[in-house]
Amino acid sequence: MKAVEVRKAIGTVSLHAVLGLGALVSLFPFYWMFISATKTTSQIFATPPSLLPSVHFIRNFTALVDRIAFLRVIWNSFFIAVVFCVVTVFLCSLAGYTFAKFKFKGDKIIFSMILLTLMVPYQATLIPLFRFMVWLGWLNTYQAVILPTAANVFGIFLMRQNMLGVPDSLLEAARIDGAGEFSIFARIVMPTMVPAISALTIYMFMFQWNNFMWPLIILSRDMRTIPVALSGMVADGQVINYGAVLTGTTLSTFPIIVLFLFMQRQFISGILSGAVKG
Amino acid sequence: MRHVHTARLLNKKTAPYIFLTPVLILFFSFMLFPIIQSFIYSFQIFQQGSFRFVGLANYRDLLNDQLFRLTMFNTFLLLFVQVPIQLTLALIIANLMNSRRLRLRGFFRVSYFLPALTALVAYAIVFQVILNENHGVMNFVVRSLGFEPAPWLSSRNWARASLMGAITWRWTGYNMVIMLAGLQSIPNDLYESASIDGASSLRQFKSITIPMLKPIILFCAVLSTVGTLQLFDESFILTRGGPNNATRTITHYLYQQGFQRARFGYASAISYVMVAFIAILSYIQFKIAGEKE
Repeated sequence: MKAVEVRKAIGTVSLHAVLGLGALVSLFPFYWMFISATKTTSQIFATPPSLLPSVHFIRNFTALVDRIAFLRVIWNSFFIAVVFCVVTVFLCSLAGYTFAKFKFKGDKIIFSMILLTLMVPYQATLIPLFRFMVWLGWLNTYQAVILPTAANVFGIFLMRQNMLGVPDSLLEAARIDGAGEFSIFARIVMPTMVPAISALTIYMFMFQWNNFMWPLIILSRDMRTIPVALSGMVADGQVINYGAVLTGTTLSTFPIIVLFLFMQRQFISGILSGAVKG
Repeated sequence: MRHVHTARLLNKKTAPYIFLTPVLILFFSFMLFPIIQSFIYSFQIFQQGSFRFVGLANYRDLLNDQLFRLTMFNTFLLLFVQVPIQLTLALIIANLMNSRRLRLRGFFRVSYFLPALTALVAYAIVFQVILNENHGVMNFVVRSLGFEPAPWLSSRNWARASLMGAITWRWTGYNMVIMLAGLQSIPNDLYESASIDGASSLRQFKSITIPMLKPIILFCAVLSTVGTLQLFDESFILTRGGPNNATRTITHYLYQQGFQRARFGYASAISYVMVAFIAILSYIQFKIAGEKE
């Protein structure tokens, strides 16, 4: 081999070594979480630590079900995330379509007002929102988590950008054929939006599934979502059953990872959709 | 045969208004109204179930509030130390990932991206276990390598470092994926002609990659800045704001004041200090990016 080729080979090997080391750092906490779900608390903190799984998964799971009504909690998370996705994707699509394809009085003002709130951190809404929920009698209800972020500014913007590309002639042709305005939206426009809709759906599902601060404020007891219930298990002033807690984090992370492995492209484009405008 | 035109309620003229009504109702009641309301609250205090105007008293108290200053310091420390580290790391990894000699690209992308999928609560708990001072796996490794074990979560600066490490773990891959997409959209002939001109790869990186990637880097910087200023979950779970409030963030403090002590006016004032900082920092970042052009 010539010197150049040797240098190239060394470069390739070190490239893979560096990235491999990074991947190890990325993946290790997952591995640790998964095997800890099969261990007792004392096994988790054993010295030397064992890198092999143990056999106490069922015991941990039972403890989790006892301690935080895990099945109910996971149902809460699932129900909130799914209903939220359906509502927000529908509303954002409808609003995005309207802003992209209609001219009407005040369209620019309303749209810029909506966009402007992107600059305001959600913390600035928390206190009044909480008092509003108390006033509505919505404390500890699903709708209190679902509705406040349903008119999602990012979603409206994303769908508008995608709908701009729908040709006006297509809409006019449908109108001449006598199609109603809503069926033009639902039957003609929406089917062409499948990539954008699936990216937005996944993005919103992730957001709601992992959402913490607002559900922590609004939900308690049997209405809690997984992150809120798990955080309660590690709060101060109690004996923490880490085996059970890590079983909970494992089970709550698992669906997202599976979803990701099947729908990588949509995940990534959901994340990139904010960046492409740059 | 022509349609008989009955006057439809939903026609081309009325459609935009009808379509927007549900979104606007939600937007006004759950976004715009609270944003305005909390601005008003920030000039009031909440006592015995009602609000009373106190002018700028909340803001004045904030200026003298030692704990608020500390949470500001903690948050800005994260912003000025952790965010640059994370973005640099993401940029380096994205460049390595873009190498044509790389095998198993799919595997690496999944590995680096996976942390971005975990719930903040879940990873904060996992890191709490790994970083346990006496029995955690991290200190076991440290001891095995012959170093002194570190008080990862129980001393001020170690706890801050741990928090930064955890956040870097969670978000680097996310930023890397965005930057990688940016890198892949840079036309290849730019690099080819630079190579023909004899430009070294470092030189190519400086004069092609960085300028072409600037909008994406700016996007990541704004996203990370806003995210850091709003940081809550990690402070709340991983370190519980401790030890001695060394890792308590502004949002964590806002949560305590607003929801644990029902100081609604004071918490609203905190949120408007955040609004001001986010506006200023975003403006500066856009300004910097614009001037270099």
